[in-house]
Amino acid sequence: MSLLSQFFEFEFLRTTLYTGLIIGLIAPLLGTFVVVRRLSLIADGLSHVTLAGIAFGLFMDKKYGLAVITPFTSGTIFSIFGAILIERLRTVYKAYQDLAIPIILSGGVGLSVIFIALADGLNNDLYSYLFGSVSAVSKQDFNTIRIIAVIVLTLMVVFYKELFMLSFDEEHAKVSGIHSKSIHLLFILLTALVISASIRIVGVLLVSALMTLPVASSIRIAKGFKQTIFYSIIFGEASVILGIVSGYYLEIPPGGTIVMVLIAFLIVTTFLQKVWLKSQRKKAIV
Amino acid sequence: MTDTIVELKNIRYAYEDKIALKDVNLSIPRGAFLGLVGPNGGGKTTLIKLLLGVLTPQHGSIELFGTPANKFKDWQKIGFVSQKANAFNRGFPATVKEVVATGLTAQIGYLKFFTKKHREKVKEAIELVGMSEYINQNIGDLSGGQQQRIFIARALVSEPEFLILDEPTVGIDTENVQKFYELLGKLNHEKKITLLLVSHDIGTMTSHANGVACLNKEIHFHGDTEAFHNLSEQRISSFYGHDLNIVTHNH
Repeated sequence: MSLLSQFFEFEFLRTTLYTGLIIGLIAPLLGTFVVVRRLSLIADGLSHVTLAGIAFGLFMDKKYGLAVITPFTSGTIFSIFGAILIERLRTVYKAYQDLAIPIILSGGVGLSVIFIALADGLNNDLYSYLFGSVSAVSKQDFNTIRIIAVIVLTLMVVFYKELFMLSFDEEHAKVSGIHSKSIHLLFILLTALVISASIRIVGVLLVSALMTLPVASSIRIAKGFKQTIFYSIIFGEASVILGIVSGYYLEIPPGGTIVMVLIAFLIVTTFLQKVWLKSQRKKAIV
Repeated sequence: MTDTIVELKNIRYAYEDKIALKDVNLSIPRGAFLGLVGPNGGGKTTLIKLLLGVLTPQHGSIELFGTPANKFKDWQKIGFVSQKANAFNRGFPATVKEVVATGLTAQIGYLKFFTKKHREKVKEAIELVGMSEYINQNIGDLSGGQQQRIFIARALVSEPEFLILDEPTVGIDTENVQKFYELLGKLNHEKKITLLLVSHDIGTMTSHANGVACLNKEIHFHGDTEAFHNLSEQRISSFYGHDLNIVTHNH
């Protein structure tokens, strides 16, 4: 059966692919700002806090059978609180701002281990949260992810110029009267939302890759910031589509295939840039 | 239209127990090109922060364009080129056009977007500093002197009437420093922009500015460049608290 006919037949495949297309857009969009601000590790910190939230949700479900809070919802809530906590820690340790990330990351993993143990250990569900899955996005999750996408896209468009200014030159933004603290907090909260939206497809361990690797490729060939965002999204979308399709056929969690596609893009763009530089040099000599 | 851009009266500012400025009086008339010199730790950066409204004085009064600084709202009338401007991340993927446009962000305000009119302003500012052919280049690919011009364009794009430059020539080679001062002269004469230039390079600065102020916690001298050149070297050294070699460039 061809993929296309399966796509029409199975609703779960459609939901997965639509979710993939959404995160292929919003993760590299936010990721471009994350990379240029040298905050790539924050994505890792937040994804591990999200894992704690997911484990908490699984535990509640197992122990009390509470359907009120899905692991996805509790993951999102933990992620948002993690974002706020990182910001607080960064002001507490002014001279060691990067210390906030290992604190949050290990705290997240520590809590996850406790909740996982309390929920009677590892199971299939957890495996899919760690590495992603082509069949894990429920109708309910999909609705939440769509709402997250609308919020993220709207706020990114509305505050684009302030976010860009803050990313390029924080001091200039402050002197000009931009509310840099509020804009920065908004940015971190949006990052937290994007991470929780992406986790079902790429998994906790690889979510930061979907934010940063497309940008790492794009930055090699793009001119200017808007172009960097544009190429990042192209790489993001392409990797998600190829990753989900190949993951489905090979029965591999899509987190792994998506990341390998992204790594391939990175190798190709680095190579292209080298070739291009060489030809430029030749031109200069002639 | 007031003819005094800045009026500082009896300004005192201290960081915890360290006095940065005491009894500073300074008046900058419209159209001036004032050079501010003084030793490190003499309070130059503090003075700039007061003028930009980042700090408020503990004693004394500041008037900007005839309005007390605490009631002043027209911040787009004041442009600023920071000493740290060229400490940005060289790998940052931003074009010249994108960087200069950030000079309009605060003026346009929240929840509003760039329009065609703003894009025109950006082009004009880049043209004014003579960088039009680099408009779509990544800023990291330009030389230090060219980058400095872009940061001036960023300050000019909001059409300020008063431009403050903090050590703008640090790290720029002599030839480009000369071009840089020519640009400042053009802004001062043709665009009628009042300039305050903080610089260590007394020689080059005094041959282009039309006034000099020496600041070491207090203003030790404020007058035209002619009078500054007539000061004895001992007096200048005494402002600094140590000996100083001044290379004068006479034209």
